[in-house]
Amino acid sequence: MQSAPLLKRIIFVSAPLALVLLLAAVTGLFVGTTDQSIAKVLSAIISRGCSNSTVSEIVWSIRLPRVVLAMLAGAALSLGGLVFQALLRNPLAEPYILGISGGSAVGALSGILLGFSQLWGLAFFSFGGSLAALLLILAIASGGMILRKDSLILAGVMVNAFCGAIIIFLISLSSNTQVFNILFWLMGDLSMASTTQVIILAALLIPCSIVIYSFAKPMNLLMMGEELAGNMGLNVRTTSLILLLVTSLMVSATVCCTGLLGFVGLVMPHLLRLLLGPDHRVLVPACILGGGTYLVLCDMMARVLPPHGEMPAGVITAMIGAPLFISLLWRSKR
Amino acid sequence: MRQAVAVHDLSISYGKRPILRDVAFSVAEGEYFVIIGPNGSGKTTLVKVISGSLKPQTGRVEIVGRSIEAIARRELARAVALVPQHAPVDVPFTTAEVVLMGRSPHLGLLSIESREDMEIVEQSMRFTNVEHLARSRLDQLSAGERQRVLIARAVCQRAGTIVLDEPTASLDIAHQMHIMDLMEKLRREQGVTVIMVSHDLNLAAMYANRILLLNHGKVARIGTADEVFQPGVIEPAYGCSLLIDRNPLREVPRLTPVPGEFTGSGPVK
Repeated sequence: MQSAPLLKRIIFVSAPLALVLLLAAVTGLFVGTTDQSIAKVLSAIISRGCSNSTVSEIVWSIRLPRVVLAMLAGAALSLGGLVFQALLRNPLAEPYILGISGGSAVGALSGILLGFSQLWGLAFFSFGGSLAALLLILAIASGGMILRKDSLILAGVMVNAFCGAIIIFLISLSSNTQVFNILFWLMGDLSMASTTQVIILAALLIPCSIVIYSFAKPMNLLMMGEELAGNMGLNVRTTSLILLLVTSLMVSATVCCTGLLGFVGLVMPHLLRLLLGPDHRVLVPACILGGGTYLVLCDMMARVLPPHGEMPAGVITAMIGAPLFISLLWRSKR
Repeated sequence: MRQAVAVHDLSISYGKRPILRDVAFSVAEGEYFVIIGPNGSGKTTLVKVISGSLKPQTGRVEIVGRSIEAIARRELARAVALVPQHAPVDVPFTTAEVVLMGRSPHLGLLSIESREDMEIVEQSMRFTNVEHLARSRLDQLSAGERQRVLIARAVCQRAGTIVLDEPTASLDIAHQMHIMDLMEKLRREQGVTVIMVSHDLNLAAMYANRILLLNHGKVARIGTADEVFQPGVIEPAYGCSLLIDRNPLREVPRLTPVPGEFTGSGPVK
């Protein structure tokens, strides 16, 4: 009925999504605050390394890393949303709403204030922050054993607000020039992307995604409830723990590079689930590709919409994501 | 005959509250075994222990002669399949996808289902009469259909023992009979051991080879319907008056509750 078709279906879904991602990424190279003609950008792309023009510099060391960062961050946050929604069996779960992103940002800022500047070191602190936030919301939300849907989200929102306050507090106290940009941390911005940063982030995210993909089938079983999943041979506790840790790592590394990009983990998982059904073996690759596309497009809007300069990409993601969150909340109440 | 399930001196408590106390019984392979008892008597907890989702605190549980704690999770899943009392109703998986999940203890993490797996899925759906619903979503089925899908999923697991926790609770009388008949067919045709928790005493009397009456976490009586449905046993357990006569269809007792004589179930001495 669908044994061979599963592979076919994954390819059938992933190929067009990959094509759209590629198109979006290439378009992203042509769009920016400095107006460059299409021909100029094209020649800069083709003659990589040969010319040292400003255009070439802009395309290769500013726009390309930025587009790639948007792809990586979008993929990581969307996948994070997908995993949290399956694991907590809550359609509203998402790294930002749960406060995981906020915890990561506080961790990363603490790392910077303690004198760390390399992404590896910061990711470590950020990971610690995300785990602290995760433990905190799970502790608040679990009255006994069962995680109540509303209290989980409420706990996440509170942790998030608390982390936002700590971020401003830390930045206000500090004289460190590295943390100067408050808006970057609170609103999520991709403009500070650098090539090395992007390479390190990719090196971290790719193995994490592979681990998550290998747990696609267990995530399907978890949707049937813990008792049935356990009876189908799944070690529910170990599986949940691995997924929570890997996802938190992925989110915290991303937050180090982008700050708090809200609601990215909500849009693509829900849209793709609506289109493709609930099978995580299809949804995981689709979310990686679709999430990447989504953030590349959001960042492009952030660069193009303002008549002067640009706005943080987080403004766009929140403007799209928050209304969706409200409509999902409304639907789940009925 | 071998024992499909053997329980020795099992005790479980949640915090300080004892739920099961020194429970001991065994179920033979191929037996239709029904567990009855008033609300809160520990039936669901007992099912959780047998299906492996709760560890025995004291005492031992053996599945086909081996201690349940020595059996790996996936292996246990191939020995005992569960139809839980509360399964999620809001999952958008299709019937075929849900039934197919029953094959997962037989498959590796990344391996794709073989032709044989798909045949077992189709057989299981045909067995519980849901093959016409293969493409319908679980969250759009009626209660009776959903229960048959969940049973097909358990059947698809091809375990020697199937454990059902109140599978007929929210069903009309025709669907109740259908499920009781299905389990009898599964037992007769495939030799599967059926362990079922039920609140319907008359259905239990008609189908069960043996009945276990739990009361306040203890085994009040275990035996055939005639042995368990004695006024001195069943009335104090449930705490109401019951008229016991013969079932006109089969050689088993029939119970009729007497209105207005509820006393509440008392603790066992």
